[in-house]
Amino acid sequence: MIHKFKLSGFNILLDVNSGGVHIVDDLTYDLLDNVEPPFADECPEEVVNKLSKLYDAEEIKECYGEIVELYNDKILFSEDDYEKYAKFAVASPVKAMCLHIAHDCNLRCEYCFASTGDYGVGRKRMSLETGKKAIDFLIEKSQDRKFLELDFFGGEPLMNWDVVKEIVIYAREREKECGKKFRFTITTNGLLLTDDKIDFINEEMSNVVLSIDGRKSVNDRMRKRVDGTGSYDKITDVFKKLVDKRGDKEYYVRGTYTKYNLDFSEDVMHLYELGFDQISVEPVMADPEMPYAITEADLPKIFKEYEILAQKLQKVYDEGKFVNFFHFMLDLDQGPCAIKRLRGCGCGNEYVAVTPDGDIYPCHQFVGIDDFKMGNLDDGTFNQEMKSYFAASHVYSKPECKKCWAKFYCSGGCNANNYIYEGDIHNAHKLSCEIQKKRLECSIMMKALKLAETAE
Amino acid sequence: MKHIKTINKANLKKTAEKGGCGKCQASCQSACKTSCTVANQKCAKDE
Ligand code: SF4
Ligand code: SF4
Repeated sequence: MIHKFKLSGFNILLDVNSGGVHIVDDLTYDLLDNVEPPFADECPEEVVNKLSKLYDAEEIKECYGEIVELYNDKILFSEDDYEKYAKFAVASPVKAMCLHIAHDCNLRCEYCFASTGDYGVGRKRMSLETGKKAIDFLIEKSQDRKFLELDFFGGEPLMNWDVVKEIVIYAREREKECGKKFRFTITTNGLLLTDDKIDFINEEMSNVVLSIDGRKSVNDRMRKRVDGTGSYDKITDVFKKLVDKRGDKEYYVRGTYTKYNLDFSEDVMHLYELGFDQISVEPVMADPEMPYAITEADLPKIFKEYEILAQKLQKVYDEGKFVNFFHFMLDLDQGPCAIKRLRGCGCGNEYVAVTPDGDIYPCHQFVGIDDFKMGNLDDGTFNQEMKSYFAASHVYSKPECKKCWAKFYCSGGCNANNYIYEGDIHNAHKLSCEIQKKRLECSIMMKALKLAETAE
Repeated sequence: MKHIKTINKANLKKTAEKGGCGKCQASCQSACKTSCTVANQKCAKDE
């Protein structure tokens, strides 16, 4: 399978199954609409005739030869022989956990997927006892995995700060005893950040996710406090402080764009101008009935906006400066192995979410959906059947993904979105797919240009 | 080559043969979380 597209004046050709990327001229681009394996020694006469209105016949034949050569080198039209690796899709140790430390929030973001923080099941904070049980559970279920990931999530985790700290201390004790290594992350809206919290986070958390949507007007329209006032002024200050003190450790600011700011490249650049260089801004996923929801009708505008963003970022790079936009990050050479790519997020198998009540769900987005409750820390239940069901979810068990050119980069999308918007974890969520594919095209293009420059 | 410039010689197939160790980071890619595509992750096999 191949995928080709035109972007920023370049013709880009991706060989899906090998991961090979080529920049081609117009002739090759058009010729590829007319030829495919099995290849003959010479370019078929009717193809030469058809294209000779636009191109020189000798050039067409020569170009055909190049295509065949790459095919023989297995970096064009290479075969899809990954399905056999689907046998790796079996239940694995649990190695990552999302800890819902507080089902409560001090913001009332309009688009919150967690229904203003409580996931529709009532405001609650996790007790230290439940937190410790979660740590024990993760250590036990991780079997031989050494590196464990724990994300403090909410709601707003800083609303239960003392428990966060105690859990970290407890986990640090246990990791020594058990030969494990915890990697903590925290996601916060920033309202409750203080100097001592910043210091603790910078010391203990390998990554921190700072929620802010971009420009003040955009942020404050959606990210409001309980009294309706905006959060921008407060959080920009504390976030900058946190990042300044953080040194080289990972962080990123992350925002959501909605129908109200389809010119979101402005928000990305605004965050960059504020001094942040690790930025993620992504589409809201919401019931299409909501006024802020993104729908298919918005796609042309969104596609254009990603192209504009790519140009803006390119300008930053051309000036010798650095910014990292998460959705354009792509490692063409050294990304993860193909097996990881087939499996994606690992929710419900390698990754679970735990609520303040100790209920276990496949991931944070499934929390509150009764059918997906996997177990509970207090009664020791953990549904292995459901675990296997999620383990067997990979690009070859998803009909749309199997034939999709983006499958090795997208990994089958988000199971939760698939379920919520398309009724089954195996049904690709069309809107997400379209946006995903566009972002990939942009990132492949940006990478291709960079490599092309250095190759010259 | 005159018409085609290969900028990335693929290695996906090779990674499959040795892959699947499961040591790498988990990777939620949904809008509300870590959100980078899987393809951007690092292999952690030799860590
Ligand atoms: S979720 Fe969509 S974009 Fe991703 S691999 Fe499946 S079909 Fe392709
Ligand atoms: S199902 Fe979606 S939200 Fe849940 S872990 Fe996977 S990518 Fe993330």
